[in-house]
Amino acid sequence: MTPPDLAVAEKIEGPSGETEELISGSEAIAHACRLADVDVITAYPIRPYDTVMQYVSQMISNGDFDCEFIVAESEHSQFEIVKHASVVGARVFCGSSGVGWFYAFEALAVTAGLRVPMVAMVGNRALDDPGAFGVEHNDALAVRDLGWMLNWVSTAQEALDTALIAYRVAEDKRVSLPCAISCDGAFLTHSQTLVKVPAQETVDSFLPPYDRAEKQLHPDNPITIAPQVNEDWLMEMRRQNDMAMRRARGVIIEAYEDFNAKFGRSGEPFIERYMMDDAEIALVGMGTLAMPVRVAVRKMREQGKKVGFVRVRWFRPFPTIELQDVLGGVHAVGVIDRDYSFGSAFHSGVLATEVRSALYPMESPPKVISFIAGLGGREVSADNVIEMADMAFDAAGGGDINDQDTHWIGVRE
Amino acid sequence: MPDTDVDTFADFIATQVLDPWKGPKKVPAEEYYTSGHRTCQGCESAQLMKLMAKAGGPRSIVLGATGCMYVANTTYYSTPWAIPWMHTQLGSAGSAATGTAAGLKAMMRKGKMKKEPINVIAVCGDGGGADMGLSAISAALQHTQYNLLILLYDNESYANTDIQVSGSSPWGANSTFSPPGKVKRIMNRRWKKNTAAMLASGHPECRYVATVCTAYPVDAMNSVRKALTIGGPTFVHSLDPCPKGWDYDPMYSHELGELAVETGIWPLYEVEEGKLKMCGKSKRIVSGQFKRKPVREYLKRQGRFAHFTDEDIEYFQSKIDDMWETWLIPGVIPFAAA
Repeated sequence: MTPPDLAVAEKIEGPSGETEELISGSEAIAHACRLADVDVITAYPIRPYDTVMQYVSQMISNGDFDCEFIVAESEHSQFEIVKHASVVGARVFCGSSGVGWFYAFEALAVTAGLRVPMVAMVGNRALDDPGAFGVEHNDALAVRDLGWMLNWVSTAQEALDTALIAYRVAEDKRVSLPCAISCDGAFLTHSQTLVKVPAQETVDSFLPPYDRAEKQLHPDNPITIAPQVNEDWLMEMRRQNDMAMRRARGVIIEAYEDFNAKFGRSGEPFIERYMMDDAEIALVGMGTLAMPVRVAVRKMREQGKKVGFVRVRWFRPFPTIELQDVLGGVHAVGVIDRDYSFGSAFHSGVLATEVRSALYPMESPPKVISFIAGLGGREVSADNVIEMADMAFDAAGGGDINDQDTHWIGVRE
Repeated sequence: MPDTDVDTFADFIATQVLDPWKGPKKVPAEEYYTSGHRTCQGCESAQLMKLMAKAGGPRSIVLGATGCMYVANTTYYSTPWAIPWMHTQLGSAGSAATGTAAGLKAMMRKGKMKKEPINVIAVCGDGGGADMGLSAISAALQHTQYNLLILLYDNESYANTDIQVSGSSPWGANSTFSPPGKVKRIMNRRWKKNTAAMLASGHPECRYVATVCTAYPVDAMNSVRKALTIGGPTFVHSLDPCPKGWDYDPMYSHELGELAVETGIWPLYEVEEGKLKMCGKSKRIVSGQFKRKPVREYLKRQGRFAHFTDEDIEYFQSKIDDMWETWLIPGVIPFAAA
């Protein structure tokens, strides 16, 4: 069996007007903002996300992009400004990294509570203290309970494509929720690859204009937004947000079908299945981790070890159905978290906890082994991945690997 | 100023021209802040909302930061606002105004919305404005391309959370976070921030900063109208007597507003295009035509100062005397040349 290698994948002929450019994940997101004809963007510096804003501001100063571009005085203001611009009908974009995302936390909560369909980018970064510029997923994951749709991308191409899809899903009246696209700091934000940049007309055929209709704040429509509701109504409104997140699943599927048809792309929305057809054990992870994992999977396949990889693309809404489908048949699952959740069940990372929860109702669920690796931007090598896969094989074969604890990989003890 | 029109997207969105009303009889009867609120009896901040909405008129959008004018004022199913209103977070008045104005401007420039002047007004209390939201207001006043007004309603405490001192509370005032006790009589040892002058002097490109008091309603409305007409980001700071927080009979709200001005505690002025003009009785204090009343007359009317000794009142008086006698610009700029 010859594994498909993304680097030499068959080139699919894209629609007319598409160009190919050597750009980073951050620049790909900036192109998506331009193509989506975003009206208001706010910036505030923090590495690594701020590179997006460097590209956006250059596009504006060169006359390639017409957009109100406001350099705010804090991340909190950054997110509040675009929240209010969105409510008067403007399409908006914003982003941050690490503690900057946390500085905006109040604004992030109300943006989801108000169901403002903002699209944001998180350049994933370790939280202070002690400081590190490298990737950890705890920043974006912090909003997982609030009504933000969350996804992790693994290439610059996927970043651009997902940003366009995110606007369509977020602004769909059945959903109307904000969406954050996570790009691993440095590994994706700052790494250049060839990216197909679609033509404006293709984007226009896919992404309708943002229309708030009866929810637009305007003197012609003198509504009151977000008054005090107290216990009289709050629970009903929370339930509406819950229903919106439930509906998002179908809208996401619909958007990918249309996107793939119009842009000449392939792939399923919620997860990527890599060599899973006959896999006996599976590794699960998010983001750029996919690169060393794919390499390790191929190496192990050469040795006859039937291992596969599942990359979770959308974390909210969580792909429960897909994960039950793809992981139901394997003997053990090794979940690699680039995050932590101190004091959680089995001291696992966030993804492992969610995967366990999703698989629990199955008749005979696979063993789930939880790994924490690559924190603060530490490299996860192919050898690290093989070590984890071997532990999963050991668990599958009834070995003495403890699946009731979490294993830290590549850490000095 | 160098020609910045190399910015191909630069576009001027005109403001509404709201001429001053010459006397109460010229003020139209229409209200845009109506029944439905549940503010306290004698609430001068509610009065300010009513005056502001009247002054701005129907083509206005109001953003309300968390505070009394949100919690007590804007309840689901009973909104008093006949013009569009939206809540914003406690520290977000500046950001809300900037975002709303930027959204409108982008939409109008790009042909996605009918081009017309729309007033954008963000209101915040002293907690939201002088404390938590100060940096966002400062930033808003720097973005001169947006037409907006930030109106600070200052009742000198976090009044909707049971009266706690803010950076805008007077020295020595009793509050639930600064109660006089057996050992400490004065718990709030901070002197009230000089917010309007700080913002005016710190943001020289801001074209209009003013102080008002609802005891002078026509002047207050005309300040709002000028702020909305002049263009760019503007700031108006209103002192609003608060029966609950200041502890007095609600029937005296108007008198206390007058006394705050007459004792010199609350100077009225406007800074328009870089020119300072003292207003009303404050102008006559500076010119010597009006002799300031003793602060005792103001302090003794309010329960929040009931624990003051004669010595405390003398200290308070001496600080107010300094303000008018030693400041570089009396009542406005506090430092003198060395």
